[in-house]
Amino acid sequence: MRDRILAFFSALVYAFLYIPIIIVIVFSFNSSKMLGQFTGFSLKWYDVLLGDRVVWNAFYNSLNIALVTTLVSLFLGTLAAYGVIRLDVGGKSAVDGLLYIPIIIPEIAESLSLLLFYKFAGYQLGWLTVLLGHIAFDISFVYVIIKARLAGFNRSIEEASLTLGANEVQTFVKITLPLSMPGITAAALIAFTLSFDDFIKTAFTTGPGFQTLPLVIWSQSARGGVGPEINALTSIIIAFSMILAYIYTKLASERS
Amino acid sequence: MSSDMVVLKNVVKRFGNIVASNGINMNVRRNEFFSILGPSGSGKTTLLRIIAGLERPDKGRVIINEDDVTNIPPYKRSIGMVFQNLALFPHMTVYNNIAYGLRLRNLTEDEIGFKVKESLRLMRMSPEVFANRKPSHLSGGQKQRVAIARALVTQPAVLLLDEPLGALDLKIRQHMMLELKRIQRTVGTTFIYVTHDQGEALVMSDRIAIMHEGKIEQVGSPREVYEKPRTKFVANFIGEANFFEGVMREGFVETNFGKIKVKEEIPASRKVIVSLRPERIRIGNAAVGSENMFKVKIIDLIYRGDTLIVIASLEGIEIKISVPAIHPEVMRLERDKDTWIGWNSGDEAGIFELED
Repeated sequence: MRDRILAFFSALVYAFLYIPIIIVIVFSFNSSKMLGQFTGFSLKWYDVLLGDRVVWNAFYNSLNIALVTTLVSLFLGTLAAYGVIRLDVGGKSAVDGLLYIPIIIPEIAESLSLLLFYKFAGYQLGWLTVLLGHIAFDISFVYVIIKARLAGFNRSIEEASLTLGANEVQTFVKITLPLSMPGITAAALIAFTLSFDDFIKTAFTTGPGFQTLPLVIWSQSARGGVGPEINALTSIIIAFSMILAYIYTKLASERS
Repeated sequence: MSSDMVVLKNVVKRFGNIVASNGINMNVRRNEFFSILGPSGSGKTTLLRIIAGLERPDKGRVIINEDDVTNIPPYKRSIGMVFQNLALFPHMTVYNNIAYGLRLRNLTEDEIGFKVKESLRLMRMSPEVFANRKPSHLSGGQKQRVAIARALVTQPAVLLLDEPLGALDLKIRQHMMLELKRIQRTVGTTFIYVTHDQGEALVMSDRIAIMHEGKIEQVGSPREVYEKPRTKFVANFIGEANFFEGVMREGFVETNFGKIKVKEEIPASRKVIVSLRPERIRIGNAAVGSENMFKVKIIDLIYRGDTLIVIASLEGIEIKISVPAIHPEVMRLERDKDTWIGWNSGDEAGIFELED
């Protein structure tokens, strides 16, 4: 009896999670514009999507922001993690604490404070303000992931390199970096995903004329209900995320 | 050219409240197999890391091959190091592990290939079989050899080894001890070997430094430290020993079970401890006629294959006696029976003054 109740509620949870997604995907192939009934298989909404300049533009912006955010936060987050784990300097626990906070505080509060800061500093809202917001947030995630990787890392492997005649920089490039690669790749994937589908912070910090994909999807959905074109776009994003998730779990299992 | 390869002068190193090196002075001669022996926490690994340059001493000087290297980083010192966990580079093949140090020295790829193969052969590993393997596809003993080859191939002035045999099982460990000795004789490099295992130190070393609580208690050949321990700690740590407390008199020590005649001279009326190795004590008829003879009660007999360990009680003091198992007296020994034990003056491993 208990098993059945458990099975029932589990099924309910999964249904709630996945049925909406399945509906979105199925209706992206619907030939009718109406959401109510499925009238036949068609790729025409994907065709419409390909011709939509607003969507293309937003896609380009999202990709641009996500790639630059990933590169910059990867670089800074890795250095911060290396410094906290490896260097013999003071103030490490303060740095550690400050880097954790962005993960904990609600994004809405962070976004609002960012906006106020930009207003106060007199920045023109747009590409740069969105980018800085994403980077500031993603550094923390990169830092946490790389730090875990470095902490589980055998220090004597680096020391062996030093005793063999390699200086600290050579050791970092030839030993530390290659051995941290699974962690760095995982961090890159997470940073990219977080930035690519970020909505709240982007909405707060963007200016006129700069739209990312989540903003376009939201504005179109809010205006006229979810159109089939948006279904197609969402389906593509889901497929894309699944690929990233697959790569991530692959790397995570290799690590252990 | 000085006969010393490594010299430590008054080296002090603290970690918080712990004094890992408490004013260490040490000279390691050229081409010798030198061991630093001590229990865990005695500061032996710290000392090795100070020589390597992986730790910086708070005070004192480190001299390698007549150069003061105290403030020089590890990568500019002429050293090789074999780590406790071996620390092979997991993402590189055996070949690239060994070639690592050579590549940093700007050798041509031909020279590197030649040296890597030569060093693998010195380790008795076939380059054809092993060169392209990753460390994860090697056995414990093979990893060991690769780690030694990697550290030696750059021809350092001194090779530092930090308990490298600890992870191996007994048979391979015994084999590797002899191999290390052979390798050291072949290449002639100065080896400094850190271990907590007195067996390893006695088998391999030309000289041993015994460390205790950040200090060196004694330096000497295996025979010297075993037969002439200078402190009670050394007598207890190397091999086994019985200890008798007493007061020094003219030519003997007065204990609460009688007089023990001794050779060593310590000013009279000092409180002392006499240490005596189990194998120096004779038992049964063999004890008769010894300068020191006592009646004891046998508490236990422990058969160890080649030897028999007799635990006996002398006026309540437990004494350990080790007899060859083929000794004729052995048949007569029985638990709970009385017997005689004896030894002559000069058989004692040492007499140590007690600090009041």
